[in-house]
Amino acid sequence: MTRKGRSTPAIYVWWLGSGPSPDGLVASVGRHVEHVFGLGAAVWTAPDRPTRAFDPLRGQHSSTRILEWLLEQGPAEARKLLGVTDMDLFIPILTFVFGEAQLGGRASVVSAARLAPAGLVRDDDRLLAARLAKEAAHEVGHSFGLVHCDDRRCVMSRSASLIDVDVKGGGLCHDCWTRYLDLRDQPGGRDE
Amino acid sequence: MNKERTHILVVDDEEIVRESLSGWLAEDGYRVETAPDGPTAIQKVQTARWSILLVDLKMPGMDGLQVLEEVRRIQPETAVVIMTAYATVATAVTAMRLGAYDYLVKPFEPEEVSLMIQKIVTQQALVRETEVLRKVLKREHRFRDLVSKSPAMQSIFTLARAAARSQSTVLVLGESGTGKEVLARAIHLDSPRAGRPFVAVSCAALPDSLLESELFGHERGAFTGALTRRIGKFEAADGGTLFLDEIGDISAKLQLDLLRVLEDRRFFRVGGTEAVSVDVRIIAATNRDLTKESAEGRFREDLFYRLNVVPIVLPPLRDRRQDIPLLIEQLLEQLGAEQNRRIEGVSAEAMAALVSHDWPGNIRELRNVLERAIVVATGAVLQAADLGMPERAVADLDKVGPLSLEEVERRHIANVLRHTEGNVSQTARLLGIDRVTLYNKMRKYNLKRPQEHSNDQVRISKP
Repeated sequence: MTRKGRSTPAIYVWWLGSGPSPDGLVASVGRHVEHVFGLGAAVWTAPDRPTRAFDPLRGQHSSTRILEWLLEQGPAEARKLLGVTDMDLFIPILTFVFGEAQLGGRASVVSAARLAPAGLVRDDDRLLAARLAKEAAHEVGHSFGLVHCDDRRCVMSRSASLIDVDVKGGGLCHDCWTRYLDLRDQPGGRDE
Repeated sequence: MNKERTHILVVDDEEIVRESLSGWLAEDGYRVETAPDGPTAIQKVQTARWSILLVDLKMPGMDGLQVLEEVRRIQPETAVVIMTAYATVATAVTAMRLGAYDYLVKPFEPEEVSLMIQKIVTQQALVRETEVLRKVLKREHRFRDLVSKSPAMQSIFTLARAAARSQSTVLVLGESGTGKEVLARAIHLDSPRAGRPFVAVSCAALPDSLLESELFGHERGAFTGALTRRIGKFEAADGGTLFLDEIGDISAKLQLDLLRVLEDRRFFRVGGTEAVSVDVRIIAATNRDLTKESAEGRFREDLFYRLNVVPIVLPPLRDRRQDIPLLIEQLLEQLGAEQNRRIEGVSAEAMAALVSHDWPGNIRELRNVLERAIVVATGAVLQAADLGMPERAVADLDKVGPLSLEEVERRHIANVLRHTEGNVSQTARLLGIDRVTLYNKMRKYNLKRPQEHSNDQVRISKP
């Protein structure tokens, strides 16, 4: 197990994919969330992978199960845990999700499966890296308690399709940033 | 978009669906609750307002369509979306026919459900906005208790508002029942004097000597029966507004007395020697043609000019028929509240009768007809039969073709007299005029009450 990044990271980014870790992609996600939230982020590497998340009927992985697993298996000192995967995610009511987070909780997960231009997760794919970074920041934003934003350029705007992902910017709008500062400094928003 | 105002209820017997859908919607900032079955959902709908209900079609006990029907009954403005894992055209058609907003097949495409919710929220916001604008527009159509859409009345409201801000004497002219006193009160309430008294005096109601004492008060012993000093309406209205109704009916002596008060703002109580100063804004009203009356020497010209500073002429109701529906709405609201009855409106047939009627008694007559209708009506919507308006008058008019206003008035009074079996008080009430006016009109049109022994209720003879 290795740990990279600052000495006191608040956000841990963990590759939970089926294949080997695309280190460049995961690192760029870490750098982006660090930049967006102004908190230290670190890449957490461990060989464990979520169990019981795959649904054979749907042929997809349950994002909710992954969140549960992250809470059980993630490092206790992590304030926020972000799982990154190449597996296609779903919640029971939707055909797919780009990611899921506990609103105002610790865990979040984001998938590259539907963000990759040709369905292939490649470490050197810049478009995929940009999309994944945005969706990762979006899910971490939820875990801080931020809800969807009506400003389509804000990273917290709802992404129901790839177009939505590409239209939005990578950072928080002024309103969401102000709200984030309040949430971050609230007792519940601190390290759990 | 105010997302916190959007309350969404997710109704599904599967916990995992409730949890995942409510969690997903909560990320949008909506207020989301869940219900595991139909009865719980209905209970929640009965106790709170919901913007959107997402209801599973297949649930044990009460199914989604039953929930839909109940919700449409309790909260018709709520958008109900039916969700199902098994899509069939038949159930989709049934759901839409029962008033479902839309129909979604599980699992949903994120984009589809996201756009649908946004569409509902936007539509509901537009509906709310329209309601607010409608209310604002309604306020635009009104000057306190007066409502009108007609351009002529709007310019009257503008003039009245301007007059309210001034100290000038206002002369309100118009037929009986056109709302002269209502306008006077509105001017008072819109004026800086609003916090002070509004005192109304009907100058035609009292004989000359009594009216003098009524207006100016009297000292003790001023006349037989004046046991104590009594202040008059002028003093009672000090700082406020004195409304002198039927000003055209006052005697020559009182005209002179009034002229002096208007000039000096001072007067003497009857039997008094000390001048009393008052600060009173005068609003006078009459249904007489004061220009003609003063030209013919029956009304002092100098008093007429003193009163005629800001003349406002209220048109008869028959000249502003487009206002009748608006007035009906306002009057039903007032009368319904007074009688503790919920009246939703009038039927199309009743509205047609009300709009085509000539209303010689103007708004007062309209009010009386509606008041009677509310008493006799059994439902929440007033029917033509509830109005008790003489149908024959309308039928006759259709047959005889265009008539002069006087002829229509004569026939209408005759019809109402026939309707009341010659009861003058009831006729006057129905026509919205006072008995003296009715007697005058009966004299003018040579309409006679039936003799007590006669079966012939009203004899009508053309003058």
